[in-house]
Amino acid sequence: MFKKIAFSVNGKAFNCEVDIRESLLELLRNRLGYTGAKKGCGVGECGACSVLIDGVPFDSCIYLAVWADGKQITTIEGVAAKNGELSEVQKAFVAEGAVQCGFCTPGLVLTTKAMVESGQEYTRDQIKRELSGHLCRCTGYQSILKAAEKSLEGHMCTCIEER
Amino acid sequence: MYNIIGYFEAETVANAAALLAENPNLRLIAGGTDVLIKMHGGQIDNAELLSLRKIKSLAGIRKAEDGTIVIGSMATFTQVFQDPILREMIPILTEAAISMGGPQIRNIATIGGNVCNGATSADSAASLFALNAQLKLEDQQGERIVAIREFYLGPGKVALKPGEILTEIRITPENYLGFGGQYIKFAMRKAMDIATLAVSVLCKLHGQMFDEVRIGLGVAGPTPLRCLEAEAYAKGKEVSAATVAEIGKLAVKSSQARTSWRASKDYREHLVEELVQRALKTAIVKAGGEELV
Repeated sequence: MFKKIAFSVNGKAFNCEVDIRESLLELLRNRLGYTGAKKGCGVGECGACSVLIDGVPFDSCIYLAVWADGKQITTIEGVAAKNGELSEVQKAFVAEGAVQCGFCTPGLVLTTKAMVESGQEYTRDQIKRELSGHLCRCTGYQSILKAAEKSLEGHMCTCIEER
Repeated sequence: MYNIIGYFEAETVANAAALLAENPNLRLIAGGTDVLIKMHGGQIDNAELLSLRKIKSLAGIRKAEDGTIVIGSMATFTQVFQDPILREMIPILTEAAISMGGPQIRNIATIGGNVCNGATSADSAASLFALNAQLKLEDQQGERIVAIREFYLGPGKVALKPGEILTEIRITPENYLGFGGQYIKFAMRKAMDIATLAVSVLCKLHGQMFDEVRIGLGVAGPTPLRCLEAEAYAKGKEVSAATVAEIGKLAVKSSQARTSWRASKDYREHLVEELVQRALKTAIVKAGGEELV
């Protein structure tokens, strides 16, 4: 069974028929070629498939493609500028050496981007909490946390911890 | 690809109820963080899904005129955590919400789905039990209200009749006003983990006495449960370390913990006794009492 949906990926509009059985991850990777979103666990635990939907991070492996109707999706391919210049978040990840094998990186960059664009202030604990839906088996997370903090400079809250 | 053979989307509750009445095989899907995982694991085959995601009326959280807090079943855990009314009035629920999964899961998983999944480890459950939450179930014939303690029937089994949809979770003012509370989730990790044990305690004080204590437990039995014996004991007793210790011991009596790969029965019982006391001690302070040393 197919359903016609309209959505955008990184600002590009799509109008297509999707299989009701398909996940958004399968649609993005297999049919549209956005392979920056990775398939890790397939059950929403590792965060490698994370994409932004209307600016909010979701695990695309457990998000049905039909649900993308009317949504604006951002994948890692849409983060750098058109001329190839990396975004501030990406530069921070490079500067802090937060990338090793790279499998978790697209998701982590997108979640960090969502934090930066939310305009909210974050404590260190809150940053850790926002990153907690991404598993990284290489870095031990310290460099990732530093990269996120660097990205959020000016949006860091130094007040007493409060959730 | 998921094993889905049919997909329907409802725009209103009436629309969903009609579709459900027409085809009782339809399986409701909200956030999908349980249903899709079960499909992935092969526990659900050939699913015909009825999505509630487009029903806007189910997504809100509000305070009714009589003070009852009404949480739409499609409210996500992120919404529950961020809701200013809930944060102020019922922090044991917002703390439970933030303890669940990780951000991406909380952004889509719904509180109604959490309840209807029927798991003893549902992160909202211990708190909803302590709060005597009421559930509004609607079908094509009408609606009924069920107490949450009567809704959980067994592992993965809830009192949803064919054709019914959980639309609201209601918490009346006499169940949250004047209480101090504390929620503790005990798990191996601070995120992306299922509770080994969940404890939610509410207490109301009358001078130096316990006016009322409520203890909700998750993963201490086949369903979430309340420690009624400990609660009855607490009523009218002096607020003291000795009373709290006895409440901890009595709480174990109501639990029906078992050994699973996550933890042994003995370990869980130890957690019940210890964490009920810890939660109650904090709840006492939040209810305006003095800190017990």
